Amino acid sequence: MLETLMLSRIQFAANISFHILFPAINIAMCWFLLYFKVRYDASGNPLWMRAYRFWVKVFALTFALGVVTGITMSFQFGTNWPGYMETVGNIAGPLLGYEVLTAFFLEATFLGVMLFGINRVPPKVHTFATLLVAIGTTLSAFWILALDSWMHTPAGYELRDGVAFATDWWAIIFNPSFPYRLVHMLVASGLTSAFFIAGISAYRIRKGDTKKAPYKTLKIGLIVAALLAPLQAFVGDLHGLNTLEHQPQKIAAMEGVWHTEEGAPLLLFAIPDETEQRNHWELGIPKLASLILTHKLNGEIQGITDFGEDHPPVGPVFWSFRLMVAVGILMMAASWFGLYCLHRKNSLPFWMLKALEIMTFSGWVATLAGWYVTEVGRQPWLVTGILRTADAVTPVAAGSVGLSLSLYLLLYAFLLSAYIHTLRVIARKAVQIEEFETSEPTATGSLMNVGIDGTTNHSVKGASSC
Amino acid sequence: MLDEQWLPVIFVGLMGFSVLVYAILDGYDLGVGVLLPMRPDDEADRDTMIASIGPFWDANETWLVLAVGLMLIAFPAAYNLVFMHLYIPAALMLIGLILRGVSFDFRAKAAVDHKLAWDRCFKAGSLMTTLAQGYMLGQYVMGFEQSLPALLFCLLSALCVTAAYSYIGAAWLIMKTEAGLQRRSVTWASRCGRISFIGVVAVCLVNPLVNPDVFNRWFSFPLVMFALLIPVLCTLAFIVNDMLLKRLPKANDRHCWVPFVLVTTIFVLCFSALAFSFFPEIIPGQLDIWESASAPESLRFILIGAIIVVPVILIYTVFAYRVFHGKATELHYH
Repeated sequence: MLETLMLSRIQFAANISFHILFPAINIAMCWFLLYFKVRYDASGNPLWMRAYRFWVKVFALTFALGVVTGITMSFQFGTNWPGYMETVGNIAGPLLGYEVLTAFFLEATFLGVMLFGINRVPPKVHTFATLLVAIGTTLSAFWILALDSWMHTPAGYELRDGVAFATDWWAIIFNPSFPYRLVHMLVASGLTSAFFIAGISAYRIRKGDTKKAPYKTLKIGLIVAALLAPLQAFVGDLHGLNTLEHQPQKIAAMEGVWHTEEGAPLLLFAIPDETEQRNHWELGIPKLASLILTHKLNGEIQGITDFGEDHPPVGPVFWSFRLMVAVGILMMAASWFGLYCLHRKNSLPFWMLKALEIMTFSGWVATLAGWYVTEVGRQPWLVTGILRTADAVTPVAAGSVGLSLSLYLLLYAFLLSAYIHTLRVIARKAVQIEEFETSEPTATGSLMNVGIDGTTNHSVKGASSC
Repeated sequence: MLDEQWLPVIFVGLMGFSVLVYAILDGYDLGVGVLLPMRPDDEADRDTMIASIGPFWDANETWLVLAVGLMLIAFPAAYNLVFMHLYIPAALMLIGLILRGVSFDFRAKAAVDHKLAWDRCFKAGSLMTTLAQGYMLGQYVMGFEQSLPALLFCLLSALCVTAAYSYIGAAWLIMKTEAGLQRRSVTWASRCGRISFIGVVAVCLVNPLVNPDVFNRWFSFPLVMFALLIPVLCTLAFIVNDMLLKRLPKANDRHCWVPFVLVTTIFVLCFSALAFSFFPEIIPGQLDIWESASAPESLRFILIGAIIVVPVILIYTVFAYRVFHGKATELHYH
């Protein structure tokens, strides 16, 4: 059973980690697209339409990967974690149901209108479809984070014979950690998307693209990132304080505090040792952790040893947290410096373009690291205080789980490389395409001779401009 | 009304509706994937075929998520049991769905020399999905029995479901395409229709033989009079469609939509027959809907949402189909 448990955990982690990469970009990307489209509708400036057309391609590709990897998730509970639905199905089921009903259909249906309908519906309807897709992706985040937060800080339920029954739906949805986690994730998506847009725009410029659109989107990406990065630090701090109140063992692991102490230092580096229950090679700033968490220099922080067996593995939580914060600081520095350069000289130095390009996927690193902090930090519980992860696992043979896991991993490695490769192809195509004023969209929204890609290859009459 | 007696019935109805809508809608786009011709000079046809399902496939697949979601919400015990037994075929189906879903976009955006490879992925993924779904349906009907006859039945079911999806896919293409591709689609529809018919007859014969309960249900008086209407109507639809296909395409593209309506009718009838065979059991011979239902307070909460949202979903689905009515050759992906 132990092997099935470990393999199932790895499989779930692999599936959900791979899945979240795409929503992390797209939840916010769709609002960027809406902004481009609204600016175009208001001004008629073709620059905005070019930006829209380029990024909607990237959006569609990312969306497709998000959808198909998301379908896997709805089967996972049954295939690998039957105990989950048996114990908390009365709570989890309706929340997942509302996600499907209010979000999935909305985004999926209007995505079709958004991608294929630009010359079939009036411009206002098309912009409205873009708005509905943006609302859909955000609603989807709302429901799934409500469920995830409930697993961390369950509320509004009662246990009868070990099974959770709903007593107050409002309390279930707006459980104590939900508002913090939701805002933290939405801002994370904003940052991920902003760096993604800035990075790919920088790549285009570095490859010799002299059109205006990539400069514009680079600047927009940097502005949004520069605003969101400090906001995220603030929101993250509030989320941390909320965690201290409801899941102190997670904070103890994040800060590497083994034994309850007053005036705990903020550790910059340490090697936590699970067996000796202490850290090696500690390097920290005295009293800072206590100050941040309790707002007192000598505030007390509970140690991991206080929680007996019920504490998360320290090393992964400790290091993921540091990685997330480090990437966050880097993002803040990069976006501020980039904006400063743009403000002073109206251009970026070559090395800065290269640096932004390298940071295209920095949001992925920070987002994943953050999720590992919070989800590994929930262990050994699947649902805090109600259900242990080990008690929820399937009786399916380890061999079957091993087989499905290997297949998934192979597929994911393949898809990830194909995704990044294809992004490069799209960006390079956009660099090479000339701007023909004749192919500008008209007021009626007719974009008949647009289509630098696939589906209409044989019917392309003119080059498009992106 | 909304008590422990009725809620499971309402939810099994909703779930059945989702499964049926899924089989029809994703059925045609999976079918189009299975039918994708792979010769080098077929590229234009492949583009049109994929363009014909482009705006819809994503929403179509969402019906699967809803159906599975409703099972998970309303009948968690059945959901657990089903996916414990169907672990490997479900994983294979998901991998198939992933492959075909991403191929849509990759083929349009990848470098030109990779396009054919993505088309192959699309076809292979579609085929994997339909075979896995057919196999799972077979397992479900057989009550997850692990024996040689059961395995043979599941393989038969895998082929039949694939043929049926191809049948509705071809009918979709007759409606959405023109000229050469439309004529090809007529030929595909005609062939797949005959294979599907044989498959449906085989399942009708095997099912009552292996499940005595099902036999009793079908042949008990006075219900038999009404129940036998289903196979009669179904056979009629197959025959009428087969005759019509011989005459298609007609001048001015008259009746190009009729095969799709007829195949949809066949799907509805077959689904009714399955539902009639098993209701109120959710897992044949093992679990009924009342034994496996969730708590009424949870069902009530989601039902409120479903009553408000499902009609809205249907309205905007109809809107999307109206936006993209007409021949697929005019569909542009930007």
